[in-house]
Amino acid sequence: MDDAAEVPEIRQPTGSRLARFLDSDLWASFRRSKTAMAAFVATVLMFALAFAAPWIVPQNPYDPAQLDLLNSNLPPIWKAEGQAPFLLGTDDQGRDVLSAVLYGLRLSLIVGMLGVLVSGTLGIGLGLVAGYVGGLLDTIIMRVADVQLTFPAILIALVVDGVAKASFGGALDTNATILLIVVSIGLSFWVQYARTVRSSVMVERGKDYVQAARLIGLSTPVIMVRHVLPNVTGPVFVIATINLALAIITEATLSFLGTGLPETMPSLGTLIRIGNKFLFSGEWWVVAFPGIALAGLVIAINLLGDWLRDALNPKLQ
Amino acid sequence: MLAFLIRRLAQAFVVLGVVGLIAFAMFRFAGDPVNQIVGPDTPVSERAAIRKSLGLDDPMLVQFGRYAGNVLRGDFGISYQFRQPVTALLAERIPATLELAFCATLFALGVGILMGVYCALKRDTVLAKLFQAVSLIGVSLPTFLIGILLIFLFSVTLGWLPSYGRGDTVRIGGWTTGFLTVSGLKALILPSVTLGLYQMTLIMRLVRAEMLEVLRTDYIRFARARGLTTRAIHFGHALKNTLVPVITIAGLQLGSVIAFSIITETVFQWPGMGLLFVQAVQNVDIPIMSAYLLLVAAIFVTINLVVDLLYTVVDPRLRTSVGRAA
Repeated sequence: MDDAAEVPEIRQPTGSRLARFLDSDLWASFRRSKTAMAAFVATVLMFALAFAAPWIVPQNPYDPAQLDLLNSNLPPIWKAEGQAPFLLGTDDQGRDVLSAVLYGLRLSLIVGMLGVLVSGTLGIGLGLVAGYVGGLLDTIIMRVADVQLTFPAILIALVVDGVAKASFGGALDTNATILLIVVSIGLSFWVQYARTVRSSVMVERGKDYVQAARLIGLSTPVIMVRHVLPNVTGPVFVIATINLALAIITEATLSFLGTGLPETMPSLGTLIRIGNKFLFSGEWWVVAFPGIALAGLVIAINLLGDWLRDALNPKLQ
Repeated sequence: MLAFLIRRLAQAFVVLGVVGLIAFAMFRFAGDPVNQIVGPDTPVSERAAIRKSLGLDDPMLVQFGRYAGNVLRGDFGISYQFRQPVTALLAERIPATLELAFCATLFALGVGILMGVYCALKRDTVLAKLFQAVSLIGVSLPTFLIGILLIFLFSVTLGWLPSYGRGDTVRIGGWTTGFLTVSGLKALILPSVTLGLYQMTLIMRLVRAEMLEVLRTDYIRFARARGLTTRAIHFGHALKNTLVPVITIAGLQLGSVIAFSIITETVFQWPGMGLLFVQAVQNVDIPIMSAYLLLVAAIFVTINLVVDLLYTVVDPRLRTSVGRAA
């Protein structure tokens, strides 16, 4: 885009970035939509709670030394047997449910965001190459995408996860497990980015600024990354938002199925799997609160994504 | 049409070939097959003999050829966990999964179409708005959470329906069915609703959108002008024309239903293929994993092929555009 700055533009944007943003259609649309604002507030609140967790909760649920069996199976504080400081009760290990939920929320968000980062990078990279270079490379990448699109992402994530565990043997530490899940999610969701970016790149490729960049002798990688890429990232943000919800669900599902994060470092999905065992013995709070946290998070992000998609869609304006 | 058919068939075989290659690679390279058979104190010479007898020293191409041949004859190897042929294990589990998928699809189609029509015809009523809100939640929530919620409501709190298993089943030939006993039918309700909910919301939204579009067209206005009853217009003319895309989506989603039954079967401890697959992943039972993968791939490819072909048969407009694209 740097080259284009010298050409006089019809409508020169004025003021600072913030002023420009406050003047934009996006902000106006956001101000009009109560759903979008509520979803945004809920999402930000959950991010804040999750990342402030170590300073606000009474217990570190990853540290077995802080668990006390004398405090096990306490109901939430508003019940008769509830005890401070365990606001939402404790599980059979004496683990504080609120602490576990907030730490789990943090883990789910981290894994989800890393998953989106990996799938986005992979998808954008492959889409860029396929769209710009074209030819045989394009055919191969898009055929692989077609084949992968035939299968649901969760199945691919399960298989990648299972095969990797088989290849490395059972001896993976927690960090390696997190990495493995991030990679499984990344490999399951790259297709959508690749398809979107590829089609935008094919449009951009023929434009004058790309021709100009080529004429002044810039190399293909430089044109692709510095000139084409910034012009095709718009729709990617919408996909990324919706994919964040999907990535979080995928991680939670893997953990729920027992192939995700271990019980010593539980994400929301692992907590729900643990809590599910206590459903029949009456300790509903062990599964209810992680469930509510997961549902709230996913619905808020989805609503935000829906709004963003409509707001950025020129056909609907 | 013939060219289209041939190209789609070729594509289907390529997909199956690629999945077969992946399944073979898993089978051969993820973990050492010999280690799964011998104990820790087996001498090296004996291991080498086993390697040779399993043909693991042959060239890769020969091994893949042998694997493909076995698969085509229905031999997927021996399960590491159960020490039984994978084919027999899968065959035993298939009825449970198919019955569940069938009921889930039936539920999704029946309830989804009803709710969609209602939302389109009475779109400003409170109930229609409620349906819309519920559909948003149905799309957003993970399957396993919905399953747990239903168990909590109908099994734990109300005690109406069983929370796990298939109930009593009747064996007819090689097929065990839960359709013929009361407990079998009761056991089907919660898993089917859980599994079909996502498809139901999808169909509901689709029917609603299509109906709203169709109701604006000229031929509906003409039907009104002819003085036909509202009932005849809505169900005879409008709904009928929305059904083509609905059937397509329902068909395409059948594959997802079978894949997502992995999660539902785990929640409800439903003894189907999905539960077998999850146990295989947990216990690194590669033969079952690769067999399941191939089976699901075959189901997916067949469904996609059939839907594609049906679509061109049902909708003549598509036939010409396909011809032009070729």
